[in-house]
Amino acid sequence: MRLINRIPNRPGAVLLAALPFVLLLVAYSVASDIRLTANPSDKLLPAPSTIAATAERLFTEPDRRSKEILLWNDTVASLARLMGGVGISALLSLVIGLAIGLLPYARSLFSSFIAVLSMVPPLALLPILFIVFGLGETSKVVLIVIGITPFMTRDLAQRVLEIPKEQIVKAQTLGASTAVIALRVALPQILPRLISNVRLSLGSAWLFLIAAEAVASNVGLGYRIFLVRRYLAMDVILTYVIWITLLAFIIDWLLKTLSRRAFPWMEAGL
Amino acid sequence: MSFVSVRNVWQKYGDRSILERVNVSVDEGEFISIVGASGCGKSTFLRMLLAEETPSKGEISIDGGIPAVEPGIERGVVFQRYSVFPHMTVRGNLLAAEAFGTPLGRLPRNARKAAQDRAQATLDRIGLTHVAEQYPASLSGGMQQRLAIGQALMATPRVLLLDEPFGALDPGTRLQMHDFLMELRDETGMTVFMVTHDLHEGFKLGDRVLVFDKPRWDPVDPNVIGATITYDFDARNQGVPFQDILEKYPMLAAG
Ligand SMILES: Nc1ncnc2c1ncn2[C@@H]1O[C@H](COP(=O)(O)OP(=O)(O)O)[C@@H](O)[C@H]1O
Ligand SMILES: [Mg+2]
Repeated sequence: MRLINRIPNRPGAVLLAALPFVLLLVAYSVASDIRLTANPSDKLLPAPSTIAATAERLFTEPDRRSKEILLWNDTVASLARLMGGVGISALLSLVIGLAIGLLPYARSLFSSFIAVLSMVPPLALLPILFIVFGLGETSKVVLIVIGITPFMTRDLAQRVLEIPKEQIVKAQTLGASTAVIALRVALPQILPRLISNVRLSLGSAWLFLIAAEAVASNVGLGYRIFLVRRYLAMDVILTYVIWITLLAFIIDWLLKTLSRRAFPWMEAGL
Repeated sequence: MSFVSVRNVWQKYGDRSILERVNVSVDEGEFISIVGASGCGKSTFLRMLLAEETPSKGEISIDGGIPAVEPGIERGVVFQRYSVFPHMTVRGNLLAAEAFGTPLGRLPRNARKAAQDRAQATLDRIGLTHVAEQYPASLSGGMQQRLAIGQALMATPRVLLLDEPFGALDPGTRLQMHDFLMELRDETGMTVFMVTHDLHEGFKLGDRVLVFDKPRWDPVDPNVIGATITYDFDARNQGVPFQDILEKYPMLAAG
């Protein structure tokens, strides 16, 4: 039988899915064990048990000076920046994408500009943003917006252009104005795409957020990781990395569920 | 004065002539079938009737009005595919026909009941009440086209334009759709233009059958000469003309 026609059964598939995780964990434990037996005060690869203990401390024990649990403060600050940036980008890309997709005048005006804008490496703009907007929240949110809006806008505009011409003509024969076509024909059909764009862009958004926080901040997940790097606190860094990964996973799952609930017509044909 | 008049219409894309010298007059209530080789410009002609594009020369007017510059409520249309909105239920698609004319595409509260009654009446008429809350993607091709026709008719257009509306359906469904369309047409008395690649269908449904073809061929460049209406058949009475001439002119029977 050809390899392309061999399909794992259900338990086999679950086992295979778990395998890379298990292998990674085993490899880490072994490597950590080897280093720690050679040098018990080694900081590079803390034992899994050490990481678990550190995680528990970080999640529950308040800081001695500020009497607040730093990890939760960092999480709230970072998520607020992330949501702010992604939310603004989503709104902007929706409005501009609809305009480009539906209005020939807007297409002439915007489409080359956005194509060029999406070529600018956002991180190269970070110093400019710090100079213009200061070191506060604004520059971090703006970096996320600049980083992900062009891609999302281009994709949404493309989606609007892909709506069959027949539908747009049909709407006109039913008396629809431009606004009605935008609101009732185009918008509902690109909303699912907006959500999948947000899911795709979240990876970049995290990247820009952590970069901005690493450079200038006094609270935030990215800030903390780069701060404790000075003390080689690998247990703290690893806890934060796992926590960020978990957050990203949960957000992605929430968006996926939302999309499935909110757009039942997408699956009507399946 | 004819109801739809097409006067000396030409259409060129770049320097390619698609249609030239198209002239036709259609009375209110006539059913016009349009046939012709694939790619000869039938859909182009329909798009001009729809005012989706304007002819490079000539004029098309309905009921003596000024030529339209964009599609509007007076022309209804059903395409071979994509004529209904995939994100709305069957009922939603019919209600859209009522709501799209309002400034924001939503019916005011006091108009909602009447619109829902009309949508329900159309649902019953097109036989889709049992799937009213489903989305178009879950319907068969025939049901989708019934919905598309019902939706177009809810806007009460003056002219209905059909571009190969049954082209994607299997033969049995197509026969059912013929009966469905003829009944609707008898009820409403509307003027219909239907493009089809099925000659038999054209003659069966149409009062007249227009044939589009190139009148002559340029030996060097076939793109110079566009297609025009080369035949205009009377398709009433099974396509045999003058069957009812004695009813119209009884004196002919005298001798
Ligand atoms: N917007 C357009 N621009 C350029 N050429 C077009 C356009 N629309 C149609 N054509 C060409 O015009 C010819 C007639 O097309 P069409 O009216 O769709 O033919 P059909 O009789 O099969 O419906 C085709 O050769 C097609 O390639
Ligand atoms: Mg065609």
